[in-house]
Amino acid sequence: MAATKEEIVSGLAEIVNEVAGVPTEDVQLDKSFIDDLDVDSLSMVEVVVAAEERFDVKIPDDDVKNLKTVGDAVEYILSHQG
Amino acid sequence: MTHAITPRRGAEHSRILGVGGYRPHRVVPNEELLQYIDSSDEWIRTRSGIATRHWAGPEETVTEMSVAAAGKAIAQAGIRPEQIGCVVVSTVSHFKQTPAVATEIADRIGASPAAAFDISAACAGFGYALNLADGMVRNGSAEHVLIIGVERLSDLTDIHDRSTAFLFGDGAGAAVIGPSDTPGIGPVVWGSDGAQAGVITQTQAWDAFKGEAGVGGPSKEATYPALTMEGQTVFRWAVWEMAKVAQQALDAAGITADQLDVFVPHQANMRITDAMIKALKLPAGVPVARDIAETGNTSAASIPLAIERMLASGEAKSGDTALLIGFGAGLVYAAAVVVLP
Repeated sequence: MAATKEEIVSGLAEIVNEVAGVPTEDVQLDKSFIDDLDVDSLSMVEVVVAAEERFDVKIPDDDVKNLKTVGDAVEYILSHQG
Repeated sequence: MTHAITPRRGAEHSRILGVGGYRPHRVVPNEELLQYIDSSDEWIRTRSGIATRHWAGPEETVTEMSVAAAGKAIAQAGIRPEQIGCVVVSTVSHFKQTPAVATEIADRIGASPAAAFDISAACAGFGYALNLADGMVRNGSAEHVLIIGVERLSDLTDIHDRSTAFLFGDGAGAAVIGPSDTPGIGPVVWGSDGAQAGVITQTQAWDAFKGEAGVGGPSKEATYPALTMEGQTVFRWAVWEMAKVAQQALDAAGITADQLDVFVPHQANMRITDAMIKALKLPAGVPVARDIAETGNTSAASIPLAIERMLASGEAKSGDTALLIGFGAGLVYAAAVVVLP
């Protein structure tokens, strides 16, 4: 069953916390992964791979660079999840 | 009429009898690179785990570094050079492609008339050479095989590229493979994925320099090639695809992760190593090679250099069961469980 927007946000927050040690409450839709959450390009790949597993979605590398904010990632997962 | 041909037979088993390394004298700290790239010591350490690397001087040629590393490996193996039946050199940074540098090295160490040739398997070169050597020892092609990974990647580094200038280093690592009463080299799991040939590559081919009027004519305008890579794509492949390959090597050898004494991944990037440990679910107590901090990424040389350091520091000891995995430009990979010399 596809995840709801709220489930994706909270799931991403847990993943970002696990990968980069960012408190889950800081992971908000308008936050930039790189500028606000200190998730660098390699950590971003870890986030993406974990999100792929959790939400049954494929996120190719070419699309990863378009995911600037948490909101971008949530929208991407919402529209691509299997 | 068909006559019965006498087949050749080799040793029942093979193992690594000795390893040796050579690190160039000049140590280049991150600070020294900041005159070329907009970066910081902290940024480089965070992204790669690298604090210093060794860059070879003019006298520290591919041949000289190899001869030095080979001498140590032969000494540890306790054999005479003339017992070496084949010399295999893996390198992507020896710029005279003919003749193979392996023949000169074989001659210099006193192994002539051993068979000698070079292979190009980038950062998987040590594992590729190990697989060849294991086969040769067990089919009798050679009693002992000297394998060498050697690179002068500083010659292929664009020091103005802030994403790679800090990454690469120079050095040589050698190992002697020979007969053994017990299995010392597990099945090598190797392969390639040429569909991703472009994700780590030199920026252009050498024939970009061929003269307008043909070979031997004045060179065309061309920018000297450097190594370039797509960091995120390489990272994803190197961690999650290579964790599967590492697991296959464990399974093929009949070894479980908790039976491992040491893990020696190619020293590509500390972040890759850390993520691979997680993906592999490697038990917390297993020592992991982290030579990259002082040596940078030396491609084919990195695994034997890392083994040598771990044996010297006592982090690993003779007889330990080690998982090795190399992966890089090609893309190519090779993994195996081995017993350390």
